[in-house]
Amino acid sequence: MTTADLKAKGYAAQLSAETLLDMYWFMLLSRRLDERAWVLHRQGKIAFHVSAIGHEATQVAAAFAIQRGVDFVYPYYRDLAMVLALGVTPRDFMFSVYGKQGELSSGGRQMPSHWSARHLNIVTQSAVVASQVPQAAGTAFAIQYRQKLGLVDPRDPSKPRLALTCLGEGSTSQGDWHEGMNWAGVHKLPFICLVQNNQYAISVPFELQSAVPNVADRAAAYGVPGVVVDGNDVLAVYDVMREAVLRAYNGDGPTLVEAKTYRPVPHSSDDDDRSYRSREEVEEWKRRDPILRYTEFLMAEGLLTQHTIAEYEDQARQVVDEAQREAEAAPYPPAEAALSAVYAPLE
Amino acid sequence: MAEYRYRDALRRALYEEMKADERVFIMGEDVGAYGGAYQVTVGLLAEFGEERVRDTPLSEAIIVGAALGAAMVGGRPVAEIMYVDFAALAMDQIVNQAAKIHYMFGGQFRVPMVLRTQQGTGRGAGAQHSQSLESWFVHVPGLKVIAPATPRDAYGLLRAAIHDDNPVIFLEHKGLYAVKGEVEDEPFVLPIGQAEVKRQGQDVTIITYSRMLGLALEVAEQLTSQGVSAEVVDLRTLKPLDYATLEESARKTRRVVVLHEAVKIGGLGAEISAELSQRLFGVLAAPIVRIGAEDVPLPANLELEKLVIPDAQRLTAAVEAVMRYQPMPTNGA
Repeated sequence: MTTADLKAKGYAAQLSAETLLDMYWFMLLSRRLDERAWVLHRQGKIAFHVSAIGHEATQVAAAFAIQRGVDFVYPYYRDLAMVLALGVTPRDFMFSVYGKQGELSSGGRQMPSHWSARHLNIVTQSAVVASQVPQAAGTAFAIQYRQKLGLVDPRDPSKPRLALTCLGEGSTSQGDWHEGMNWAGVHKLPFICLVQNNQYAISVPFELQSAVPNVADRAAAYGVPGVVVDGNDVLAVYDVMREAVLRAYNGDGPTLVEAKTYRPVPHSSDDDDRSYRSREEVEEWKRRDPILRYTEFLMAEGLLTQHTIAEYEDQARQVVDEAQREAEAAPYPPAEAALSAVYAPLE
Repeated sequence: MAEYRYRDALRRALYEEMKADERVFIMGEDVGAYGGAYQVTVGLLAEFGEERVRDTPLSEAIIVGAALGAAMVGGRPVAEIMYVDFAALAMDQIVNQAAKIHYMFGGQFRVPMVLRTQQGTGRGAGAQHSQSLESWFVHVPGLKVIAPATPRDAYGLLRAAIHDDNPVIFLEHKGLYAVKGEVEDEPFVLPIGQAEVKRQGQDVTIITYSRMLGLALEVAEQLTSQGVSAEVVDLRTLKPLDYATLEESARKTRRVVVLHEAVKIGGLGAEISAELSQRLFGVLAAPIVRIGAEDVPLPANLELEKLVIPDAQRLTAAVEAVMRYQPMPTNGA
């Protein structure tokens, strides 16, 4: 066990006890769903899983920093904790990994965990990494466009006021990342790029992706602030993200946030990470687990006890069990689904 | 009725759509003060301002990717890629992203986006500025592809493309911008997916599109002196293809030549030829003949360029060949 090292500073110090516990719940729920998916994959019940384990603090903090369900989000495939905090349900997740009829994002047409939810303003994400960055910048442009043409009030919190996109550090080697960042910088778009640096792009370590030690160092090239934060510290990420959000809301332009974290599991269910890193390294990072650290903080603050933790765990298990049961019982999409929705119909 | 150049007809369509709908905006390289590499957007910056006529960095992925990101949330972008050759820099955004969004996400997000670009030979612009790449796009489910040959079609189809809720690749031809033609004064929209018979004939059907329409009409006129009555069908929309019109014409003439400026191998002519051959196997009086460019990169020298793309001589020879064709006698005949 580590010592309780989290501090509620800045914007995080203003969070209510209820919100702090909500954040805990989404981190825990994501972890337990995610762990179940690994089991289901090993049982041969699902074909593929890409995991958010280890990233929960960064993702939940980022979701809580924006206007959830209103601001536009282009997550990436590792953002389970984020989309849960935005309103995607455990049932949606289970339907996604099982590819069942009525699956939220695509009706079973897209890979699991490639989230899209119109009602939550979760736009879409691609299996081709970094392609969401120009698109999110385009959405930020559309927001700015409407504000400048006077079609919306830039202070109206019921309307989207920014576009947030996420990606891993490996994706920042793509040209699309540069093109999106550059455009966002040139036009001071209400745009946040959150890089979740877990140090490996499948097997390739960050020092083979980048000649500079931080992705955030590249922000200077786009004329935007670049901030490095401990991605396993939910309160620190919230503080940094909230500042980025307010900058976007105030018309002061984009921010590049780099959350340093670690993925203690393989990249996906198709990958065996023993070939590229030591068990000692993985074990060392497990001691810095974001949920562990946050639990200690909440206990030290008197917001959680062993008893209430057990209650949260019970609740999570029930929710995960129920979602799995529903997904297993649901039918596959009808054959027609394979051939429909290629084109938008005439309105 | 007034006479418009092709580029002016396009500009009229953009102007009318932007006047009618403030969600419509233009983005691309040099589309603002410069008015576009081929002067299609001249004057639109002054009329609509820099929010709606936006110069982008030299950054094709952002032109397409940002247009897509705006389209998904209710914008109606008309993005310009200066040369179709440069679309290669944005093929992920076009093929893996824009074309698949509606399907992959179960219809939740529409992509009302037009990608205007121009292609083709005629300016000695070399191998990286002169290609005809329509087959790349026609091969991708989720895209629509339009290639107008006349100012009237350019106007009516660009308006239709802007109204459409799907990603539309709008392929202009650099050799057509100064070509003049009649366009009605009253605004109108032409339907996507309808070919048009541009010349009536009885003996042979020449199927073509874009700038090759001019060559087809010219050769068809010359063929009358040989007593050959050629029908010329302009596809106008390349995806979806209007097989009904093609089949009707081919059924009547029983002889078909498909003509395009794109490289012959793997070209649209192969697709059309295969489909019509299957539909009309017992009806056709001769095998369908395809004419396209040689399988070489396009040379910059204009004299060399002419050698590798279809010309009147080759089209005439092809028509004569299908007119002359005699089937092999069957056994016992």
